[in-house]
Amino acid sequence: MTIAISIKDLHKTYDNGHVALKGINLEVTEGDFFALLGANGAGKSTTIGIIATLVRKSAGTVEVFGKNVDANSYETKLDLGIVPQEVNFSLFEKVYDICVTQGGYYGLPRKIAEERSEKYLKKLGLWDKKDQQGRNLSGGMKRRLLIARALIHEPRLLILDEPTAGVDIELRRSTWKFLQDINKSGTTIILTTHYLEEAENLCRNIAIIDQGEIVENTSMRALLKKLDTETFILDSRDDLAQAPVLNGYTVEQIDAHSMEVTLDKDQDINEVFALLDQQGIKIKSMRNKTNRLEQLFVSLLQQSGERNIYLDQEPD
Amino acid sequence: MSAVSSNYKWIAFSTLVRKEVRRYMRLWVQTLVPPIITISLYFVIFGNLIGRRIGEMGGYSYMDFIVPGLILMSVINNAYANVVSSFFSQKFQRNVEELLVSPVPNYVILIGFVVGGSTRGLIVGFIAGMAAMFFSGFYMHNFFIAVTVVLLSSLVFSLGGFINAIYANKFDDITIIPTFILTPLIYLGGVFYSTELLPDFWRGISLLNPIFYMVDAFRFGILGVSDVNIIYALLILLIFAVALFSFALYLLHKGKGLRS
Repeated sequence: MTIAISIKDLHKTYDNGHVALKGINLEVTEGDFFALLGANGAGKSTTIGIIATLVRKSAGTVEVFGKNVDANSYETKLDLGIVPQEVNFSLFEKVYDICVTQGGYYGLPRKIAEERSEKYLKKLGLWDKKDQQGRNLSGGMKRRLLIARALIHEPRLLILDEPTAGVDIELRRSTWKFLQDINKSGTTIILTTHYLEEAENLCRNIAIIDQGEIVENTSMRALLKKLDTETFILDSRDDLAQAPVLNGYTVEQIDAHSMEVTLDKDQDINEVFALLDQQGIKIKSMRNKTNRLEQLFVSLLQQSGERNIYLDQEPD
Repeated sequence: MSAVSSNYKWIAFSTLVRKEVRRYMRLWVQTLVPPIITISLYFVIFGNLIGRRIGEMGGYSYMDFIVPGLILMSVINNAYANVVSSFFSQKFQRNVEELLVSPVPNYVILIGFVVGGSTRGLIVGFIAGMAAMFFSGFYMHNFFIAVTVVLLSSLVFSLGGFINAIYANKFDDITIIPTFILTPLIYLGGVFYSTELLPDFWRGISLLNPIFYMVDAFRFGILGVSDVNIIYALLILLIFAVALFSFALYLLHKGKGLRS
């Protein structure tokens, strides 16, 4: 099993004394779709910055496909594609030129850089914008251009820092589909995201970082199993006079057509349906009250730091 | 990834230079036209109108005397301005990160920006030279020295612009050096007069001004007259070029203003 990235005892203290990372250890295997989650200022962007060599580490080692990023800068950079959190291409360059230029920086002969630019701009729905200046793109298009640019040299490891922040739902879903496709074709992906739904849908493994430390590092499935309770909202076909009484379950009525049912992790939703059926209540639809990962994320960070978590804030 | 060429450094370098040239060509109204207008006004006002009353200097008409200095002034100003504004803008907009995360070595980044800036200086210098022919005669005393001086001068001031951009934190910072240091040094560097006209004290002070050596050497290449030994002037230029290149490369390696 090849390790795509290995981070050992990574520390970072900024010049102003702020300790951003306190000894992070992390391994991501080749082919993985990995989520790195954390609240604002947790250290996600610092970690990515160190991998990308934009931030100087204070201590520790980073290896990309077995090669130390300090000692083998050329090789490791060829293997890495970085999609930054903020738009950082020239706003006055044409979309096509931005991609071709990036190819040149990675040593691609111009013809190949042009072919790859066309390929990825088409895949990301930007080909008809190729002659427009970067500043004229919408927010979502700018984000997709960042992805296209990072893929020009076809890296083995793609790191995306909040790739869908501020992007509308339709565009976000098409970006997810694109990322799933390139992951299936063999590209290892590490994703930091503001949207926990995004991490839950896309990623197989996850690490949660808080105040410069990894507080959880496991598979998405194992993490979600840690949920003690899960709350569902059930919509009934007919009016409910009052909340039904279900032995062993907490049920609250929301309105005439819907109720909230909370299950412990060893309880079964099928039993809830059976009990409701016995009372003649037919269920039309059902959904989770909150995103499961969000629920866990908040509880983990509260356990680790007992601090307020504001998930709606801007990412760090 | 396998498509990466073995001469990737050359590809990266030519990509960077192409990008820089594309930038100032896209902004030609701001980058190429103003210096031509400015230098034409210098020719008309100082060379033609005032110069006729001054008479000869260094054995040439005043117009002929100031032409080399004015051409070199265009080269210096434009080489400096191109690199300082381009690199600082890329730093400010953070698109310099495109380069920093890529495998382009620091020295290739530096040479790419410097060559990009130098080409602008040389293009403006060439156009200024063409414009000068409307006002003065054509002279070329020593082509090799003239070309060497103009190349070294554009190199030195491109490097100066690069270092200025590395230290700059805001747009004000990229105008301070040109306004308060570069312009006085150019004007006091013998563009408009021979230092032989100066009292000994001020002549001694002029010898501390690197631009004086550039102007003097370039004038020697064009007209064949100089105030100092030409070898000495070329040596000073070369020392400045090597020292500034080394310092700029050191700053890049340290990540000064680029990596946190």
